[in-house]
Amino acid sequence: MARSQGAALDRKKLMADPIMVTTIVVLITFLTLFILYPLAILLVDSFVGDGKFGLSIFKRIFAMPSFTRAITNTLKVGFLVGILSALIGLLFAYVEVYVRMNKFVGGLFKVVSMLPVVSPPFVLSLSMIMLFGKAGIITRFLLHIYDNNVYGFWGIVVVQTLTFFPVCYMMLKGLLKNIDPSLEEAARDMGAGRWKVFADVTLPLMLPGLGNAFLVTFIESIADFANPMLIGGSYDTLATTIYLQITGAYDKAGAAAMAVVLLCITLAMFAVQKYYLEAKTAATLTGKASRGRMLIEDKSVKIPLTIFCSLAAAFVIMMYICVPIGALFPTWGYKFFPLTGKWFNQVFTRYHGFKAFKDSFVLSFISAPITALLSMIISYLVVKRKFKAKGFIEAVSMLAMAVPGTVLGVGYIRGFSGGIFHTGFLQGIYGTGLILVIVFVVRSLPTGTRSGISALRQIDKSIEESAYDMGADSFKVFMTVTLPLIKDSFLSGLVTAFVRSITAISAIILLVTPSYLLITVQINEFAEKGAYSLACAFATILIIITYSAVLLMNLFIKHFGTSKTMKED
Amino acid sequence: MAKVKKGVRLEHISKIYNDPKTGKEFYAVKDTSLVIEPGSFVTLLGPSGCGKTTTLRMIAGFESPDEGEIYLGDEPINELTPNKRDTAMVFQSYALLPHYNVFDNVAYGLKLRKVPKDEIKDRVMKILDLVELTGMEGRMTNQLSGGQQQRVALARALVIEPSVLLFDEPLSNLDAKLRVTMRTEIRRIQQEVGITAIYVTHDQSEAMALSDNIIIMSKGVVAQMGTPQEIYYHPVNEFVADFIGEANFLKGPMTGRDGKFVTLSIEGNPLRVEGHDGMEKGREYTVVLRPEAATLADAGGLPCKVVLSCFMGSYQNYHVMVGDTLVKLEEHNPKNKHIYQVGDTCCLVFDPASVHVL
Repeated sequence: MARSQGAALDRKKLMADPIMVTTIVVLITFLTLFILYPLAILLVDSFVGDGKFGLSIFKRIFAMPSFTRAITNTLKVGFLVGILSALIGLLFAYVEVYVRMNKFVGGLFKVVSMLPVVSPPFVLSLSMIMLFGKAGIITRFLLHIYDNNVYGFWGIVVVQTLTFFPVCYMMLKGLLKNIDPSLEEAARDMGAGRWKVFADVTLPLMLPGLGNAFLVTFIESIADFANPMLIGGSYDTLATTIYLQITGAYDKAGAAAMAVVLLCITLAMFAVQKYYLEAKTAATLTGKASRGRMLIEDKSVKIPLTIFCSLAAAFVIMMYICVPIGALFPTWGYKFFPLTGKWFNQVFTRYHGFKAFKDSFVLSFISAPITALLSMIISYLVVKRKFKAKGFIEAVSMLAMAVPGTVLGVGYIRGFSGGIFHTGFLQGIYGTGLILVIVFVVRSLPTGTRSGISALRQIDKSIEESAYDMGADSFKVFMTVTLPLIKDSFLSGLVTAFVRSITAISAIILLVTPSYLLITVQINEFAEKGAYSLACAFATILIIITYSAVLLMNLFIKHFGTSKTMKED
Repeated sequence: MAKVKKGVRLEHISKIYNDPKTGKEFYAVKDTSLVIEPGSFVTLLGPSGCGKTTTLRMIAGFESPDEGEIYLGDEPINELTPNKRDTAMVFQSYALLPHYNVFDNVAYGLKLRKVPKDEIKDRVMKILDLVELTGMEGRMTNQLSGGQQQRVALARALVIEPSVLLFDEPLSNLDAKLRVTMRTEIRRIQQEVGITAIYVTHDQSEAMALSDNIIIMSKGVVAQMGTPQEIYYHPVNEFVADFIGEANFLKGPMTGRDGKFVTLSIEGNPLRVEGHDGMEKGREYTVVLRPEAATLADAGGLPCKVVLSCFMGSYQNYHVMVGDTLVKLEEHNPKNKHIYQVGDTCCLVFDPASVHVL
């Protein structure tokens, strides 16, 4: 059957829309240049970095015991963190959806789900060291243990689990809410006890979702740079090994090859998660719950579960609170009173705090709207339009999700320090603020795109078609219909991009030059040096900035959001 | 509206899709040619998956035909995007812009055409009056009932004065009573404006009530095109006969002919019906008998046995067996008539001119 005419007509119609064509071309160029190309150059470098094509560099790095050890370390940590996070997340989600809670516990849960969003990724490492380390308040001061070692495997596992389980909790909560209560009621009705219902009905339905949560955390853990850096001690993971290979050993080809190995691991995980588990989750948990669920009031279930979760939540919150408090003690671990503002003072007077905040703020402030707009455009193209390059755009923007920051950072160094393909072309952007902005955009693009896509899928396709039919071109449709309808998603994408950028470290730490001071890099530096009070002071101010941004957004959505006018439908 | 009326012409249109399950290609619409006269109301009718919506979306420009050419008036429009085509569509889900109120929804197309503000106001108010929504212009669309939303959608399509109005099952989200009211409304407005309208539906009574012409589609091809009467009384095949109204099929070979009339042997009994030219002796033919066209009697016609007799209010519903063939009947106004009971043997009688031979 010949479909050439239809395809040709579709192409002609597309070409009749110059703004659309330009957008697509610009997008493809951007994605190719800043996502595909840096990854491609890593491959090229690691196969031909020493002049001739071959596996010699891979042979060299796999001969390094430190590298092979890092691989096993990374996988071990990722595996355990994945399992623990998924289980704790499930427990929290189950308690929230199934058990009647009082307001206070509910509030604790909300704070726990919120904290990892607004805080820089390595805050928990900081507080872990300050609470349980050699000079830790709990270990040294309360328990009089003077040689407690928080550094290493268990340190990373605890900190990462506490950082990542709220993500699992939110994911699984959504799924549990989608289980139709009548399924469980039917099982109860046929004589199953509460435990049996959980084991025979709820759990099997949740299995793909749990697998999904596990893998998402696994990928996050493998890609995490800052926590292993701070609390890993001599226990190196792939991300830190790559960083040291480039900053310590100046072995760029070796680092490139290591980055390729790390990328392969995350890509494989990502492929399983995206194409196998996500589809399965969607297949088992489709429809919406038909009506409310009878919450569990039974005290023998309710009390232990609530107590356990509240304690865990309180522990997490305490870890976070430790950061601002740590910045107020005169000397951490020795002298607690009187509380002092001297560290905050020093941040601004001695350590260029103002410049650090300005640089971080300005760069994130520039990149956030770009990211938000780009991700909405990508979502619009992917969900609502059909054209040949659509698959490419969707695949590459999703691919960015699976690329660890460290890998991207190495890719940018190799890809842009000598210009494109080492020709000197575009060399000018290396070391500038522009490349930092681009990295911020690329790093936040997948999250924004994902939320944009799910927001757009909710909108009936014919609404845009009707506007198109009334005589609007693609640009008009996007500006007058699509964007107003996903205003909420756009706004939250804006803030998420801002928060992610201002708290980012893994890719940025490899690319930042002395002319830019970034807060996260400063925190990392001071923490490395053992100046925890200063690190805490920086982190506190950072959390205040991000938290205000989120608050502002919520306020804005509440007053101007589309959801208010449309939800009654 | 002073515009020149335009018709629509489809020449050998095909559209190929991939089956989402098997991945195999199939014709959603195959080699379809149609002429829709200017100012007429034409319905595309058929079961789901017959290609009627695809055809409509190709006319609107959302899909591109894989073969053939579409003309609006005399102008080929294959290469035009939907926003450049002089058509306006009323969608099944109404597709009103949820962030605009009624006025802005209707004014949207005019604003895109850069019509002066005063004129926009004039024209929107006039159209809102036509669809009887005066006073509602400030409402948000979610404060309207389904029927009102439907009127807004119609107003929005009418106000830009397109050459052709396209309807994609616009009434299927309304409840049964409102559906009947709205279809009369749509017909009234179309006649008042005198616009060419193409209407897609799977509801045959809607098609009957609205259309000058009905096009019945099946599996991507046009099965029959004609006025509602032509299609009902002279269906071209069993599919059309069965799809429009209820139909009984009596099959048997032709045994003789006298003038207009032919004799067929149905289950061994001779049956005299009005035939058509080109019928051959000995060949098997199918007689289409509408349930309201026949009645039961004690003698004459085809002998049969009652297997169901059921009072339905305005009519008595019978199922009878003529040999091995089940025939469904509706005896209208059954009061004071003899009611046959299950197990009775009697005769099926009808006017030889009221049936149609395929």
